Amino acid sequence: MAVKFVRPKIPKFAPDPWAIQFDEQGHLRHLLTIEGLGPQWITRILDTAEGFVSVTDREIKKVPLLRGRTVVNLFFESSTRTRTTFELAAKRLSADVLNLNLATSATKKGESLLDTLRNIEAMQADMFVVRHEQSGAAHFIARHVAPHVSVLNAGDGWHSHPTQALLDAFTIRRHKGDFTPLRVAIVGDIRHSRVARSQMHVLNSLNVGELRVIAPRTLLPTDVEKLGVRVFHDMREGLKDVDVIIMLRLQRERMEAGLLPSEEEFYRLYGLTEEKLAWAKPDAMVMHPGPANRGVEIESSVADGPQSVILEQVSNGIGVRMAVMSLCMSANRGDNT
Amino acid sequence: MTQTDRLLPVNEAIDRLEAQIRSDQQDGTLVDPLIVGIHTGGVWVADALHRALGCQEPLGRLNITFYRDDFNTLGLHPQVSPSDLSVDVDGRDIILVDDVLFTGRTVRAAMNELFDYGRPRRIALAVLYQRDGRELPICADWAGQELTLGPDEQIHVDGPDPMTARLVTSKES
Repeated sequence: MAVKFVRPKIPKFAPDPWAIQFDEQGHLRHLLTIEGLGPQWITRILDTAEGFVSVTDREIKKVPLLRGRTVVNLFFESSTRTRTTFELAAKRLSADVLNLNLATSATKKGESLLDTLRNIEAMQADMFVVRHEQSGAAHFIARHVAPHVSVLNAGDGWHSHPTQALLDAFTIRRHKGDFTPLRVAIVGDIRHSRVARSQMHVLNSLNVGELRVIAPRTLLPTDVEKLGVRVFHDMREGLKDVDVIIMLRLQRERMEAGLLPSEEEFYRLYGLTEEKLAWAKPDAMVMHPGPANRGVEIESSVADGPQSVILEQVSNGIGVRMAVMSLCMSANRGDNT
Repeated sequence: MTQTDRLLPVNEAIDRLEAQIRSDQQDGTLVDPLIVGIHTGGVWVADALHRALGCQEPLGRLNITFYRDDFNTLGLHPQVSPSDLSVDVDGRDIILVDDVLFTGRTVRAAMNELFDYGRPRRIALAVLYQRDGRELPICADWAGQELTLGPDEQIHVDGPDPMTARLVTSKES
């Protein structure tokens, strides 16, 4: 890999590595991870998103809030959905957007991450949206940006994908209201999923009734129980009485790494088919962060079925990202409690 | 800092406001108006007018948080509830309602937001209290009461049930 990347060193005196997300007044400045946000900030983001989602139902889907600001999408790893929804979110806030696909750009020519950063800062950017294949990349960038710049993590390695988890929580809240009575099951490749990790933090912060993971042992992180989940290896047991099913994308590389015998085997045991869906509650909602592998982790008729909210997740993603962008950009501006 | 409160008569002000609007409606100045209140105090006043005037269509609610001009200095204000305007505003007469008209900046923001929903034929402004201190060329079409206040005086409207208004005077002690 061409990008020179130094794993961020967390200074010993900082009790919380995520404290960097807040400015001196305790206002959210960067969104790097769900950890440290707590239920109050999570709820504030979700409440703000409600207002932005109503904007996207209008004839003119734009508000003037970030007029004159520049948002730079720094994508070191390719992504269509996440990048386009971040781009649309920034545009609907009237910001100017610059998309840099660094997977194919200067970094391949040997420019260091910090040099790239300084160059873009010199273009008077106000916000970086960062996607990187290495865990901790957004954190590293947040530690080195100019004081007026905010950093949003759009997915780093196996670590975190906070806006995805927030839009999932938003979608669940819109359908089910209160989290406390809910049973939620996350199914599939938990071990390599930054989405799953962020979802666990969000749902546990919001005091979800019961959080389950359903996966073969090879696709679970060690000590997964410490993340506050009940572990199941069998779909019939795991889906019993569940209100929300979150399917994860299975990446083909996992098969190559020998963690799974075959796609067919995985689909037979863990793929969400109509038959398996019937084991959950009749009104269970089906979610997937996308892009879904039909016939690998989910049956087409389930992905497109009446219980699926997969496309709604995409639409809600715009409103949630608008909320995070405008909240972070209002940091360092005095009294905004 | 000492603070003194004086209650302002709310119901009388609403009655006066309603009478003025009704008379303009009879003149034909307003055609089948749509009532839109500005969060939060304006919605309470709009609701009272909506009932008093017997409007058939649902009341519109505007939350101008995303249109305020102080984002650069104050950041994003917490939003209580989003805007809700279910009726098409194109070609309509709109009565925009707020509790207090002071600097005029809220009304400016509300008009900008209204235009993102469509192109109204006419926007008229009804306020419960019109006070001095305008910073923009904006003036109410109807006001329940006009007041000239000192620099240390403010009007606080609370509600919705019952709706009360206080003239608050703060003095350095």
